[in-house]
Amino acid sequence: MATQIEPATQTDEDAFRAEVQQFLADNFPDELKGTNNALSGVDGPTNETPAQKKWREAMGARGWGTPTWPKEYGGGGLTKAQAKIIDQEFAKAGAYNPIGGMGVMMFGPTLLEYGNEAQKQEHIPPICRGEIRWCQGYSEPNAGSDLANLQTFAEDKGDHYLVNGQKTWTSGGQWADKCFAIVRTDKSDKHKGISFMLIDMDTPGVEVRPITMISGTSPFCETFFTDVKVPKENLVGEEGQGWTIGKRLLQHERTNISGGGSLARLMGQSLGDIAKKYQPTGADGELADAVLRDKIADFEIRWNSFLLTARRAMEESKAAGGVSEISSVLKKLGTKLSQERSELLIEIRGLQGLGWEGDGFSDGELEAVRAWLFGKATTIYGGSTEIQNNIIAKRVLGMLDHQ
Amino acid sequence: MAVLNEEQEMLRDMAREWTVNESPVTEFRKVRASGEPEAFNRDAYATMAQMGWAGVIIPEEHGGSDFGFLSAGLVVEELGQTLTASPLVMNTVAASAIVLGGSDEQKAKWLPRLASGEAIATLAVDEGPSHDPAKIETSVSDGKLSGTKAFVHEAHGADLFVVAAKDGLYLVEKGDGVALTTRKLTDQRSHADVTFDGAAADKLASGGDSLLDDVLDRARVLTAAEMLGMAQQVFDDTLAYLKQRVQFNQVLASFQALQHRMADLFADLAQMRSAVEAGLQAVDGGFGVARAATIAKAEANRVMHTMANEGIQLHGGIGMTDEYDVGFYLKRARVLEASFGSSSWLKDRFSKLSGY
Repeated sequence: MATQIEPATQTDEDAFRAEVQQFLADNFPDELKGTNNALSGVDGPTNETPAQKKWREAMGARGWGTPTWPKEYGGGGLTKAQAKIIDQEFAKAGAYNPIGGMGVMMFGPTLLEYGNEAQKQEHIPPICRGEIRWCQGYSEPNAGSDLANLQTFAEDKGDHYLVNGQKTWTSGGQWADKCFAIVRTDKSDKHKGISFMLIDMDTPGVEVRPITMISGTSPFCETFFTDVKVPKENLVGEEGQGWTIGKRLLQHERTNISGGGSLARLMGQSLGDIAKKYQPTGADGELADAVLRDKIADFEIRWNSFLLTARRAMEESKAAGGVSEISSVLKKLGTKLSQERSELLIEIRGLQGLGWEGDGFSDGELEAVRAWLFGKATTIYGGSTEIQNNIIAKRVLGMLDHQ
Repeated sequence: MAVLNEEQEMLRDMAREWTVNESPVTEFRKVRASGEPEAFNRDAYATMAQMGWAGVIIPEEHGGSDFGFLSAGLVVEELGQTLTASPLVMNTVAASAIVLGGSDEQKAKWLPRLASGEAIATLAVDEGPSHDPAKIETSVSDGKLSGTKAFVHEAHGADLFVVAAKDGLYLVEKGDGVALTTRKLTDQRSHADVTFDGAAADKLASGGDSLLDDVLDRARVLTAAEMLGMAQQVFDDTLAYLKQRVQFNQVLASFQALQHRMADLFADLAQMRSAVEAGLQAVDGGFGVARAATIAKAEANRVMHTMANEGIQLHGGIGMTDEYDVGFYLKRARVLEASFGSSSWLKDRFSKLSGY
C-alpha cells in the first residue's frame, strides 16, 4: 500500500514543491491563514473579503484549485502526485483551496466526460476560476429515491426547449448562477426519456424559494420553472442520454459526501479527548463512566476502519485504473458513522451539547448541534442509504432486481 | 484487497490454488473424524512448509523468505477460507517471538527448523479462559519454569513453547516437566492446558520490555487474517445460497429484505478487510503497531461475529446441519474471537492507547 515515489522523478517533485511554496509566499494573504471560507464563498451568499477575492483570483489564474483538470480549459494540468504536493504544502501553510462547490465536485468532471467542445470551453474555465456557482436540478416532489420518475418537462420548440415543472432540495439554489438539471424530453420511456441540460438561473420563469430545515438553516430550495426558455446548445450529450449522464454525476457526488476527498480533516478530534473535558475521570486519567468509555472506543475503532476503507478504495481504484467495488459502500458507511459521531457528542456533553443559541454555549457546541441536525440529511440525499443498498445488492453482489 | 507486489500476488495465488484443490473443508472433516487431539494433517503441513509458508516472516539467513506479515496474512487468509487445520498461525507467531527476542544462538537453533516444518512452535500466555496478559503467575527460578497455561492453541503438535512468565518470555521444549491436558473446544482443533513443572527454560532476553505485547500484537493480526478468510467464505457461501434457493417461486436473492442485509454484510466485510490489512502492514512498517493490531482484531471480532450469525440465519434450517459448512465457521469464529483479546478487552486497550 505504500505508494513509492519513483526515484527518477524525485528531483522533479522537489522542484515542484519549491514552486508551490513560492506561489504561496507570493499570493496567499497572511490574514487568511488557518481560515477556510471556501465553502461559503462558493455555495453560500457572496460576502468575500478583498483578501479572499485576491486569493481566489490568484488560484483561479493558476488553475491549481482544479489541479488535475486539463490546462486548455483552465485547470492545472497536473499529475495526481503533483496535486498531492499542493495539498501537503497548503496544509503546512494553513492555506485553503478557494475553488470548490458543485461545479468542481460534480458538474465539472461530468461535463469534461460528456460535454461537447463548445460547452467545455464555455463552462469549465469559470469553474476553475471560482466565478460561477452551479446548483443541481435533480429531485422533485415525486422523484426522490425514485429519481427517474421526474416529471419536469422540456418541450422541443425548434431552436429551444420550453421547460415547465418543479425541482426540490436544490442545494444553494438561492445563490446559484446556473443549474445542471435532468428533465423529461419524452414521456413514453421512463429512463430513455430523460435529458441533461444546463439552465441559467436568471432566465425569466425561474423562481427559487428556500426551505427552512430542522437545523434552522436554509441550505436547500424549491425551484419552479414556468415556460423557461433553454437554448438547444445547452443540451449535454444526446436527447435521452440524461439518465446515464446524471448517474455518472451522482458517482462524483457520493464520493464527496462519503468524505473520500479529505480524510485527514474528517478524522476530527478524538471523542475520548472531548469526553475528558465534559465527564469525570478517575485517578488513572480514564473516563469514570465505563459504559460511555466503551461506546466511544467502539465508535472510534469503526470510524478508523471506515477511514482505512476510504483510503483502500482510492488506492485500489488508482491501481486498477477504474472504480473499486468497495467505493459503493463508502457513502452509506461514512454518513451513518458521521451521524453516530454527532449523537455520541451529544451524549458526552449532556444538555450542554443541545444548545440552540446564547452566550452559555461555545461556538463549537452550537455548531455541533446544527451539524447533528443537518447531518440527518446525509443518509437521505445523494441516493438514500436504502438506495445505496439496492445498488450494492444489484450491481456489486449480482442479486436480482426486486419486484 | 491491499495493493500487492508481484511476490505477494504469486504467494496468494499459490495459497488459493492449494487450499481450494488440496485442502477444501472436506479435509477438515477428515481431521475431525480422525479424533486425533493434535487435529491437523502432518503430510499437509509438510507440504505447506515445503512451499515456504512456515518461514514467511523468518529472515533469509535462517531459512525463511522474510516476506513479512502482510504476506503471511495472505496465506493465512486463504487457509481460513477452507478452515484448513494447521499450526501455521501459532508457529508463525512463536517464530516472531524468537526473531524479536532471541539471541543469535537461539535463532540459529530454532528458526531454520520452524521454517522447514521440521519443528513446530506455539505461544502460551493466558492462564485462564479469558485473554489477560496482565495476569501471569508463571515464574522461573534457576532456569526452571513452573505454571499452568490455559487453552494453548496447537499444543499437541508443538515441539516448542514460547511461554510468558512474570519476568519475560521463555523457550520451553516439550519433554520433561511439561504435561498436556486436552481441552476439546467447539472448533474441534488442538487446545490443551499445559502444566510446566520445573521445565528447563531458555529466556528470550533481547526483545525489551514490550516483547510480550509485540508478540501478542502479531498473534492478533494473524488471527484476524484467519478470521478475514473465514468471514469472506461465509459471505460468499451465503450469497451463492441465496442465489439458488427458491421459495414463493422466486430465488431468495430477489427479496429486498435479504438484499439489504447482504449489502450491510458486504460493507462490514470491507471494513474488516481494511482494518486487518492495515494491521498486518503496520507490523511490517513497525509504526503504530499496538493501535493498528487492536483495531484489526476488534473489527475482525465484530464482523466475524455478525457474519457467522447471519450466515446461519440466511441459510435457514439447512445452516443448522452438520452437513453444511457454515456451522463450522461459527464454532471456529467464537474460539478465535475469545483468543488474544475479546471485543471488550480490545476496546479497553484502545481507550488506554488513546489516553481515555
